[in-house]
Amino acid sequence: MTLLTQKFRLIEEAIAAIPHGASIMVGGFGSPGTPFALIDELLAQGQRDLTLIKNDANEPGIGIGKLIEAGRVRRLVTSHIGLNRDAIAAMNRGELEVELFPQGLLAEKIRSAGAGHHAFITDIGQGTEIAEKRREIELDGRTWGIEPSLYADFALVHAERADRYGNLIYRGTASNFNPLMAMAAETVIAQAYRVEEPGSLPLEAIHTPCAFVSQVVEVTPATSEQGRRVHVS
Amino acid sequence: MSADQQRILVRAAREVIPGQIVNLGIGLPTQLFHHLPEEMEVLVHSENGVLGCRPRREGEAPDWDMIDSGGAYIATRPGASVFDSAMSFAMIRRSRVDVTFMGAFEVDEIGNLANWKIPGKFSPGIGGAMELAQKVKRLVILCSHNDKHGNPKILHRCRLPLTAERCVSRIITDKAVMDVTPAGLTVVDIAEGLSVVELREATEATLNIDERQLGRF
Repeated sequence: MTLLTQKFRLIEEAIAAIPHGASIMVGGFGSPGTPFALIDELLAQGQRDLTLIKNDANEPGIGIGKLIEAGRVRRLVTSHIGLNRDAIAAMNRGELEVELFPQGLLAEKIRSAGAGHHAFITDIGQGTEIAEKRREIELDGRTWGIEPSLYADFALVHAERADRYGNLIYRGTASNFNPLMAMAAETVIAQAYRVEEPGSLPLEAIHTPCAFVSQVVEVTPATSEQGRRVHVS
Repeated sequence: MSADQQRILVRAAREVIPGQIVNLGIGLPTQLFHHLPEEMEVLVHSENGVLGCRPRREGEAPDWDMIDSGGAYIATRPGASVFDSAMSFAMIRRSRVDVTFMGAFEVDEIGNLANWKIPGKFSPGIGGAMELAQKVKRLVILCSHNDKHGNPKILHRCRLPLTAERCVSRIITDKAVMDVTPAGLTVVDIAEGLSVVELREATEATLNIDERQLGRF
């Protein structure tokens, strides 16, 4: 793990640590919580053959939608891509491998990895085609499905506020998958609108303690704004 | 919005009891938002991580960090909270959401629901529907009684991949309100102007109908 004193980085430097072929968790549910600036830097640096794990595929032309359009994503692990017609088309043409999970299972598989467990057992999806693909176990007179934890090499997360040790605070519904992914990946790169001095964040308000975060970069709201105004309804 | 959809929503609003925690699925159920009076003490849950959301008022500026699971920019009411996706689904799996409203491709006599996939045609992913259908105490389906070709959607048995087994409590369509009971589907209300014969003709499932008990809507 990176030393506390060495986590505050330039965005170019943080993203440069990601190699071709990496598996990357990306926070966000739709636009809120999507680390747009980190994604744009990844696009600029050219990493390819990526496996992305994100709740959705954003929308055409924003966020990971850009990486998919640029042909940089080999595989997407997700719960719903209905708002991105380009991602659906890429999936149907066989250019993008898509693995779909029910949203709560996807969240829990990530949470489980982040909590240091290798799998959990559940009744979600029993009696549906979800259960056909997984191993089962008998316990207390019932049949349960075994769901393996979901790991990744990197996580890209978005926070409202951070300090330079990597403590994070999320805002509104921009929390979503971010705190789970921040615990689950090997290397966690966080972007925040404000990176403050340690001691300035209220202790009780910290959602992700800095122990889980590898690098923190400061971004201006403007770098993320392009993603926010597409789907106003 | 069509008159049929409006009729479904007006009828569905009567299902919500003050004090409840309610989830509204994507599509028609989301519109139920506008049929719940703002002063009614109900917390609307959205699985992306908010309990207590409400539609923005006319002219109210959007907060770019606040959406519902359908992607609409929302506001919150007093008593609201925000949380991460694991917390949101813990709330669902622990049955702490009292009632959820969802659309359907097919529903059947034993309360099976199919609403996420048409093999070869439509498979954007299931989102949060599976957990909601399986775990929320009361699942009310809001859908058209027949598809756009006139085929019945209320079936003897679902043919599409299931969202969850034996999960539906009540079905509200433009033609009827039906409860899933141990004896099969029981019609509670029938649409104004529709005869029992017409209803049976538009339905594949066997319907239990006691004409003396039948309400109109």
